[in-house]
Amino acid sequence: MAPVLQARGITREYGHVTALAGADFEVEAGEVVALIGDNGAGKSTLTRILSGTDLPTSGEILFEGEPVTLGSPVAARELGIETVYQDLALAPHLSPVQNMYLGREVMKHGLLGRLGFMDKAAMRAGSRKAFDDLGATVRDLDGPVGGMSGGQRQGIAVARAAAWASKVIFLDEPTAALGVVQTRNVLDLIRRTAANGIAVVFISHSMPHVIDVSDRVQVMRQGRRVATFRTADTSMEQLVGAMTGALEGSTA
Amino acid sequence: MSSVATATRTTEKRPEAPKGRSRIAKLLATQQLQIVFVLLVIYAIFAIMRPETFPTLYNLRGIVVNTSILAVLGAGMTLVIITGGIDLSVGSVLVFSGVIASKTMVAAGGQGWGVAALGVAVAGACGLGWGLLNGVLIAKLNIPPLIVTLGTLGMALGFSQIITKGVDLRDAPDVLVNNIGFGNVFGQVPWISVIALVVVIVVGVLLHRSRWGLHVFAIGSNAEAGRRVGLKVDRQLIGVYALAGLLAGFAGLLNLVFYQSTTIGGQTQTNLNVIAGVVIGGTSLFGGVGTIFGTIIGLFIPAVLQNGFVILGVQPFWQQVVVGAVLVAAVYADQTRRARALRGGRSTGFRFPFLNPHGTTPTKEQS
Repeated sequence: MAPVLQARGITREYGHVTALAGADFEVEAGEVVALIGDNGAGKSTLTRILSGTDLPTSGEILFEGEPVTLGSPVAARELGIETVYQDLALAPHLSPVQNMYLGREVMKHGLLGRLGFMDKAAMRAGSRKAFDDLGATVRDLDGPVGGMSGGQRQGIAVARAAAWASKVIFLDEPTAALGVVQTRNVLDLIRRTAANGIAVVFISHSMPHVIDVSDRVQVMRQGRRVATFRTADTSMEQLVGAMTGALEGSTA
Repeated sequence: MSSVATATRTTEKRPEAPKGRSRIAKLLATQQLQIVFVLLVIYAIFAIMRPETFPTLYNLRGIVVNTSILAVLGAGMTLVIITGGIDLSVGSVLVFSGVIASKTMVAAGGQGWGVAALGVAVAGACGLGWGLLNGVLIAKLNIPPLIVTLGTLGMALGFSQIITKGVDLRDAPDVLVNNIGFGNVFGQVPWISVIALVVVIVVGVLLHRSRWGLHVFAIGSNAEAGRRVGLKVDRQLIGVYALAGLLAGFAGLLNLVFYQSTTIGGQTQTNLNVIAGVVIGGTSLFGGVGTIFGTIIGLFIPAVLQNGFVILGVQPFWQQVVVGAVLVAAVYADQTRRARALRGGRSTGFRFPFLNPHGTTPTKEQS
């Protein structure tokens, strides 16, 4: 089976700086792939390119086996690729429902819809379902998300991506600012999303979380993928070794 | 922002989210209630001090008429400020539109409805043009809104003075002056106020009920988030400034037929008066929050003060002193309470968005 999303020999240069030097990557439907590497290894650049916010200098991106150009986040989203950014990218003054449907509002039927009026009841119900499906604790659908806890906001951002993604989700450091319980919730969200057949790409510095949640681990160093492991067959020492360059090789 | 969910949550344990819900919604509601209360108190004080002259229908009518043109401007300004921007050019655009409309109507000749409709169209087109220019410079060239609209303020006023050689034009068709300028509906309600009310309601529905309005809030709240979900932020911003310009142009026509003058020298503080009303009404200069209703209340406060001081025989210049103090107090209250309401908010060191190219201020989302 072809990977749902695959990158081959991606390079990205910013002037004289080479951020990616021929990176490969692939993720299959229903699996959680952790993308790890030290700062500056190229994880974020690769994520930006695969989610349509940046263009590669050279290289090939295949979506379900077909070459594609991801020229914008909108282009990526049309393929069913969603991204949860490190800063979440929620509008703090808007409610969870408004954030959930921002840019994809459900309009009323007929003339009112064409005049720009929204079907708020439908959006509310859809949001409720999306949060419940993922077990995200969003108690209040109407308050501004800026007033909610980090865990709730993270839940909203992940649920939004999961609700719209039909193929792939990128999660950039989704547990970076969270407490123990909230982290647990987000990791559970990730597993549940993958169980629905969606490919999840999880970027993290936290090795315990990586080992906890992923099926495979792809290690980046100096703009390349240097190793791929089956999570079940690897150890924290091995991952750190591959990240720092103390260890070369691949087991999967 | 409704308050449907308040009752259902009381039994739930909330270990990590103390009263997260609707802090801003509540804050906004309180701020609006407070400002309505302030308005009522001011009105009551004057009514008690001058019971035979102040609280009369005639006097109230005067206050409403004096607020009508500002309300049309205020509706547009509210949208602009919600995006985190500012529009200093409204007073000049009003004058410019009045000048061009007057010139056009004189050139076309006649006193009937045909030439009146032409005047409305021309005034609106002038305002729309200046608004589009503002929007394009702000959204496409990334020049801070404060600077762009300071520039167009000077340009629109300068052109008006060049065209008129600095002498006010007084020509407006009789049908407009007699009906809209001085005319009443049902004998008592001035047409100019009815028209302003219709404009304000239309803009209010657009802002608070439509998708377009939701996106205005989204852009003011976090432009980058909007961009990432595919909102056309630039186009939306241009639309907001264009609408504000269109309303200023229309206000220019109302101004011309009401005063029968282009009031070239009389609009130097209009922009600041409108901004003060918007801000007193609870719209945040930080963007993302605001209501049209608040703006209307915020505009009535200076008008009531002015009128009351005149009736009391107090020097009306006191109005400026009081309004200035209310304005500062309103922004201070907004700033401190907002900092507490938004997690990760800062109580000091705010940077106002309109001093920067749009969307470049740090978002309030980061924790």
